[in-house]
Amino acid sequence: MSIVFTGATRVCPTGGVTTGDLAVFDDTIAAAGSDGAERIDLSGKLIAPAIVDLGVFGIDVAACKAGGIVRVGLMPDQAPVLDDPGIVARAAHMGKPDLWIHPIAAATRGLAGQDLAEMAINAEAGAAAIATGRRWIADTGVMRKVLAYARDCGLTVIAHAEDGGLAGDAVATAGETATRLGLPAAPAIAEALAIARDVMLAEDTGARLHFRQVTTAAGFDLIRAAKRRGVRVTCGITPAHLYLSDISMSDFRTFAHLSPPLRNESDRQAARAAVADGTIDVLCSGHDPRGPEAKRLPFADSEPGMAGAETLLPLGLGLVRDGLIGLDRLFAMLSANPAKLLGLDTGTLAPGAPADLIVVDRDAPWQVRGDAFAGKAGNTPFDGLPVQGRVLRTMKGGAFL
Amino acid sequence: MALSDHRPAAMIDGGAVFPHRHLTGIEGLQPHEILFLLDEAEQWIDANRRRAQSDRRLEGVTQINAFFENSTRTLLSFEIAGKRLGADVVNMHAGQSSVKKGETLIDTAVTLNAMRADVIVIRHSSSGAVQLIADKVDCPVLNAGDGWHEHPTQALLDALTIRRRLGEIAHKRVVICGDILHSRVARSNILALTTLAAEVRVVAPATLMPTAIEAMGVTPFTDFDAALTGADVVMMLRLQNERMNGGFIPSTREYHLRYGLTRERLKRAEPGALVMHPGPMNRGIEITSDVADDPHFSAITEQVEMGVAVRMACLDVLTRRSRGVEGWA
Repeated sequence: MSIVFTGATRVCPTGGVTTGDLAVFDDTIAAAGSDGAERIDLSGKLIAPAIVDLGVFGIDVAACKAGGIVRVGLMPDQAPVLDDPGIVARAAHMGKPDLWIHPIAAATRGLAGQDLAEMAINAEAGAAAIATGRRWIADTGVMRKVLAYARDCGLTVIAHAEDGGLAGDAVATAGETATRLGLPAAPAIAEALAIARDVMLAEDTGARLHFRQVTTAAGFDLIRAAKRRGVRVTCGITPAHLYLSDISMSDFRTFAHLSPPLRNESDRQAARAAVADGTIDVLCSGHDPRGPEAKRLPFADSEPGMAGAETLLPLGLGLVRDGLIGLDRLFAMLSANPAKLLGLDTGTLAPGAPADLIVVDRDAPWQVRGDAFAGKAGNTPFDGLPVQGRVLRTMKGGAFL
Repeated sequence: MALSDHRPAAMIDGGAVFPHRHLTGIEGLQPHEILFLLDEAEQWIDANRRRAQSDRRLEGVTQINAFFENSTRTLLSFEIAGKRLGADVVNMHAGQSSVKKGETLIDTAVTLNAMRADVIVIRHSSSGAVQLIADKVDCPVLNAGDGWHEHPTQALLDALTIRRRLGEIAHKRVVICGDILHSRVARSNILALTTLAAEVRVVAPATLMPTAIEAMGVTPFTDFDAALTGADVVMMLRLQNERMNGGFIPSTREYHLRYGLTRERLKRAEPGALVMHPGPMNRGIEITSDVADDPHFSAITEQVEMGVAVRMACLDVLTRRSRGVEGWA
């Protein structure tokens, strides 16, 4: 089967933004359409690599489909924890055919932060990387072993950048909002402290280290400096920390209870600058659907997390609209870079790559409404926000979903 | 409801003077609204002293005191306040309720609502819990303390005490000393006193001082002696047991050395400065007995007395709409 898309703006993280035809042959992108190929006119639309969402907490096929996400890196914080080859292999098959799940295995057994989990066996079972989970590993000796062993196995370590001792039971960043609301809060430097330690360990062991979310000015400075020294470190962020600051927690809005917590306005500005200057490599949804039983509670008793899959693309396009980045860089952050971190060959429009594509109307206006989400839950901190950009069609491996 | 913020309270008819359904905090109250509640409380002080039992304006009103956190004084104060005005008062303690069986707070709120309470008084250990319930019920909700967030009736009774003893609140220098970080009493008092144009200083060891507290319009101090200079009111906070030994301060005796209010230390304040404490006191830790028991300085028992009057006023004002009081319905 052969399809040629015509008239679209092609957005390729490696090849740039161009106009012209894009051919698909069977399940891969082809250099040119074959004779008798079906031609689909996409004038005025974007065609781009489908989104690879690095680090989701729930398997939510409907939400991913609505958001143009065809592959996810699934965090090990599941019940049961992804620390065993049987569990990893089972998780890898749970979303097919619509959604490909790339399990991220636990770095330590049960995510307890003590004993190394079986990395090589889990990788053989389908794990694409390993992660410390929602929390950091407190014991520096253990973290060093995790990094050294993972490097040996050729696996990227995905870390949570938050010093657990400093963060304690905090549900907010220390500052005026937390003080006024009377919420347990931790200083923002809890993040930079964790990054400083783990970057030094990565440098020492030669491991490849990715911080799932970096959200503070001090954190970005450390990442920038480490990259300059040639440390194999990358970092990601979700749209929440680019669009919202801690005042969103006012009135105890539990949908704004996130991990790491929302930061103050100057950190938010630093995050936007770090997107613009390339310090941030990955834009992810942090998708963590939570029902009312986890969110309709007093703020400090509620669970952190947001349903982010359906708003990832429009909020990403907002960064382009605001002039922070170009479309090609946006899709590097949404597709190419996370694919690379997971060891996948997608995220590009280059011939020979899998035909994982999305067709996007970048201007289509709509309003975020959590209760209208296709996914499992509507816990979005962006409820009511007017946005632009919608996925019109999604292709996975040459077939339309 | 159209409402001018600039007209004196007496000139505004009925409900326009206090256009709030609930009292979840001092945050959001205008100066004249706070003063209105204090004015309303004044009448009950004398009535209580005379032991007058003639006013039964809350006859037929069902008041539920839902206390999800242990309390003796505040619960008692709200119960007496309701009963003095003829309300049917029911107390619900978390210890004997289904909360311990895993029922969510929202479910509890819906249950209380279905029982057709006319006013619900809530205390809960989580900041924001009272607001959460207030959003789910049809009747007025009164916050009797939520986590570290607010304790509005405490701030009102403190303001009333200061006003009666010193004549006015504006431009008085008030020093609040103790565990500011975990104190809902401190937050509500900061909001009420700064709204009423007092100069507020907060004093705490660095480990018990919240970040960016100066954004609330107060001056932070870690040196109690420096803060006391020229103080008109010294408000001491209770140091909770679980913070005493090593957690946030090294020891109670070290705390007493740096932050204990003694007669000697009080000399730095204005002559005739008022000493206050929300109770219960840790005698010999944050305050010495000779200061606490000296009626010349101490307004501590008066605070308890004002507490009943203020809560009577709040229960009355918040139920005026549902009771169909003229000008409020």
